Amino acid sequence: MTPAVAARPRTTVRIVRFDAVQRTAHWVNALLFGILMVTALPLYFGSIAGVVGRRALVEQIHLWAGIALPVPLLISLLGPWGAQFRRDLRRINVWTRDEVTWLKALGRRAPQVVDKFNPGQKLNAIFTGAAIVVMLATGAMLKWFRFFPVDWRTGATFVHDVFAFAIFVMVAAHVLFALAHPDSLRSMIRGWVTQVWAARHAPGWLAEEQSKVEPDTVS
Amino acid sequence: MGHDLLARLTTVTSLRRPRQRVDTAPGGGAAAAFPCAHSLALVSANPTGTTRQGAQQRVAVGRRVFLGLVGLGAAGIVFGAKVQNVLSNVVGSGLGGLLPLGDHFRIYSISGTFPVIPRSEYRLEVTGLVDRPQTYTLDDLESMPRTTFVKDFHCVTGWSVPAVHWEGVRLSEILDAVGVQKAAVALRFESYDGADTESLTLEQARLPDVIVAYRMLGAPVTTEHGGPVRLYVAPMFGYKSLKWLSAISVVDQVIPGFWEQNGYPLNGWIDGSTGATDPSLTGGAA
Repeated sequence: MTPAVAARPRTTVRIVRFDAVQRTAHWVNALLFGILMVTALPLYFGSIAGVVGRRALVEQIHLWAGIALPVPLLISLLGPWGAQFRRDLRRINVWTRDEVTWLKALGRRAPQVVDKFNPGQKLNAIFTGAAIVVMLATGAMLKWFRFFPVDWRTGATFVHDVFAFAIFVMVAAHVLFALAHPDSLRSMIRGWVTQVWAARHAPGWLAEEQSKVEPDTVS
Repeated sequence: MGHDLLARLTTVTSLRRPRQRVDTAPGGGAAAAFPCAHSLALVSANPTGTTRQGAQQRVAVGRRVFLGLVGLGAAGIVFGAKVQNVLSNVVGSGLGGLLPLGDHFRIYSISGTFPVIPRSEYRLEVTGLVDRPQTYTLDDLESMPRTTFVKDFHCVTGWSVPAVHWEGVRLSEILDAVGVQKAAVALRFESYDGADTESLTLEQARLPDVIVAYRMLGAPVTTEHGGPVRLYVAPMFGYKSLKWLSAISVVDQVIPGFWEQNGYPLNGWIDGSTGATDPSLTGGAA
C-alpha cells in the first residue's frame, strides 16, 4: 500500500467531513440552543423582561425548547443512520497524550498531529453534551421544584446560571471560530472539505481517509 | 427495534472505560512522523508506565471530561447554596448583578405587560367584612405608621436576594383602621395586572413582618417590582408577596390565589414549618 504521505492533496478532491445526519443534528441543535439563549435573557434580566413582557409565553417556549434539546442528538446518534456520527463521537472521546497536554496547558502548546477534530473542537463537543445534560437536569428541578429541598433548588438555580454563562461564552467562541474559518463552516453546511484543507487542518484524518482504513474501534 | 436501539446505545457507551488504551494512530503514519525525543520527554513526565507509546498514544479522556462536567453540575446542585453565599459575601452586591450569581431579582409577571400606575392614580381598596371600607391613596398609606426592615427575598424556585430594604405600612395597621368583623377568616388580595390574586389568613396577615410596601431597595417600588405598592410577606416565599396591589377584601374563608391554583402551597412558609416569623420583630416571641 502506498504510504498516505505520498498522495499529494488536491483542492479538487472533496472529502465528506459531516454527513447529512450530522449536519441536520447540528443545525436543529443550534436552533434549539438559539431559542433557549434568546428566551433566557428576559427570564434572567429584569430590565429586558420589562421590555419583552409576556413572561408566561417566554417561559413556555424556553421550557419546551429545553425538553426538545436532547431529541435531535439522540435520534441521529441511535438510529441506523448514525454510523458516522457514532464514529466521530468515538474520536471525540479518544485523545492522544499530546492533546491531553494541550488541554492541561490550556491551549498554549499546539498538538503535533491533528486528527479529524482538534482538541478545542473536541472540548466544545464534550462541553456541549455535558451542558445539555446539566441544563436539562437543573431546568427540570426548577420547573418541578416541589420535589426537591429548597437548598437544592438554590443549587440548581446556581448551576443553571453558571452553565448558562459558560454556554454563552462557548457558543460565542464557537460562532467566532466558525466565521473565521469559512471552510470549516462550509463543511457543516454542505458537508465537504477539500483534501488541501484536510492536509492542513486534519492531516491524521486525511491519512486515514486516503488509506481507507476504518477509524479505530474501541471494543 | 428496541433491541437494536439498545445495542447501538451500548456501542456508543462502550467506549466509556476510563484510561482505556486504544490502538495506535491509524496506519502508524502519524506516530511515525514524530521523533522519539518528543515521546521520551513525555515518558519522563508521566512515569506511570502507560505512556510507552508516547505523545500519540490514545486515551479515552473525553468521557472523563464529560462526566467531570456533569459531576460538577451535580455537586453544584447539592452545595451550590453554600458556594453562592460565600461568593456573594466576597464579591459584594455591587458586582453581583454582573456575575451569574443570582443575587438579583428575576422579574415575574402573569399578565403580558406590567401595569403602569402613576403615583397620583394609585388606589388601594379595602372592602369585605369590615366596619369601615376604605380607599387609600399613596399619600394616605405614607401618612400611616411606617415600618422599615431589611430582609431577604426568597423565591420558591430557589433564587434569593439577600438584604433587601423594605418600607411600608403593616397590614395589621390597615386591618385595625378598617375594623375587621367577627366572621372574618382570611384576606384576598388582587393585583392591578388583573390576573394575580393571593390569600392570607387573618392570623398570617397580622404578623409584624407582613407589610403593604411602597419603598423597596431604598427607593419607591419600581413598576417591575410591583410598584407603586405591593405586598411583602417576609416569612413566606415570594409568590405570596403580590405585586401591583389594588384591592384587599376581608372574607370568611381562604380563597386560593393564582399560584395556589397552579399547585403552589397555600402557606408558603420559607422554613417549611407551619408558621414562623422573625423573632426580632416580635420581641422574641416567635
